[in-house]
Amino acid sequence: MLTKRLIACFDIIGGRVTKAVQFQDNIDVAPADELAEKMYNADVDELIFYDVTASAEKRPIDIETVRRVASRVFIPFTVGGGIKTLDDMYMALKAGAEKVSIDSMAVRNPQIISEGAKAFGSQCVVLSTQVKRVGKSADFPSGYEVYIDGARLATGMDAVEWIKRGEDLGAGEICLNSIDCDGTLAGYDIQLMQLAEAVLSVPLIASGGAGKPEHLSDLFTQTDAGAAIISSMLYSPRMSRNYTVAEIKKYLTEHNIPIRPGGSHEN
Amino acid sequence: MIKIIDYKAGNAPSVMHAIRHLGHSADFARSAADLEGATHIILPGVGSAGATMNSLRELDLLAPLQSAVLEQGVLFLGICVGMQVLFQHSEEEDTPCLGWLEGKVVKFDRGQVRVPQMGWNKVDFVKPTPCTPKSDDYFYFVNSYYAKPTDGENIWGQTDYNGTFASAVQKGNVYGTQFHVEKSGKAGLALLERFICLQKD
Repeated sequence: MLTKRLIACFDIIGGRVTKAVQFQDNIDVAPADELAEKMYNADVDELIFYDVTASAEKRPIDIETVRRVASRVFIPFTVGGGIKTLDDMYMALKAGAEKVSIDSMAVRNPQIISEGAKAFGSQCVVLSTQVKRVGKSADFPSGYEVYIDGARLATGMDAVEWIKRGEDLGAGEICLNSIDCDGTLAGYDIQLMQLAEAVLSVPLIASGGAGKPEHLSDLFTQTDAGAAIISSMLYSPRMSRNYTVAEIKKYLTEHNIPIRPGGSHEN
Repeated sequence: MIKIIDYKAGNAPSVMHAIRHLGHSADFARSAADLEGATHIILPGVGSAGATMNSLRELDLLAPLQSAVLEQGVLFLGICVGMQVLFQHSEEEDTPCLGWLEGKVVKFDRGQVRVPQMGWNKVDFVKPTPCTPKSDDYFYFVNSYYAKPTDGENIWGQTDYNGTFASAVQKGNVYGTQFHVEKSGKAGLALLERFICLQKD
């Protein structure tokens, strides 16, 4: 049986992991490759790195960091931020990333999704999107709107329509982040994830709001999301207490969520 | 020497990172000449069966691979799409494949399960081979298609995704894993180490 994935997500600035709350006030945590290796050894299932300043600084993604991570970490990882062209995707994949995540750029140029999928396969293309609760209306049938540029710019696009279109264009996975829940540690936006997974046939990664293991069991029992982003609960210095991957996995296993066991391998 | 076939859509660098991490060395192979002196050949796979077959054809590697693996008995490991192309045919872009193993490659049913299958799933190793781990374990999969070997004897491992499919195959010196050994954490590295340590008959 396919297990649910716990994905540790890192915001990278200058090769170092930082932590922000609702896209602001990034504080420094650790060098990216060191923290990635620590999470790998702790049996996290997957990693995502966002080069958060690449787009604003109009530079390509930090390939050296990608390469350093790939030489130390032997689980899948996705990179995002600063991916604008097929060449950018190719560089990131050849540096050792499994997948590239595209966000604002996909809104500006949706063809990048289909071109990436055609060139490298759908499984390499993650459509990541930031959405905000706006209330149901004729313009927003789902009640959620897509934001871009670090959640600063409203697009007028309905969130659920956009991710469905992204899938149709060839995205192999959708990473959906709730701006309202991001960094609150109060749990995922379950209603949003239910709306999303109901229209998707590709896997959904839920993001935004995880603060304790119960939030993950709520997500996995109430929605068909295949994966969950966790970050603050693992390493945010702002939290009174961080959780280990083993603790989270133990909790989920005890609550009958199918999960890859953490621990040693004797083979 | 271990040779990793490097073609445009493949993830050869990830396999190289894993092999180096295990303390071995390997070369990338991009031509027939590069295959000279191979003890082990690894065909990584990312992308489609059609693109993989086209790349092998463009690099003029089809005949040299066949000669090395089927005639000289060089140990071979195909990963993901690199395993799928071992069969006679893939439904993906209606692609004729290498045909070293009898059978075909078909798509998961979108009406039944999410496609692609993405994530960690359990492999039950059903056949003892020199590469078989001591116990079943979880490995990382990303696949929309899966192999249906004609001969059940060639099924090395099985996995459940709305029904059982062949997640690993083996016939003589030819090994294939649908999962990514290079990205399956310690379980994957252990299996890769077993393959690398195999000696040619």
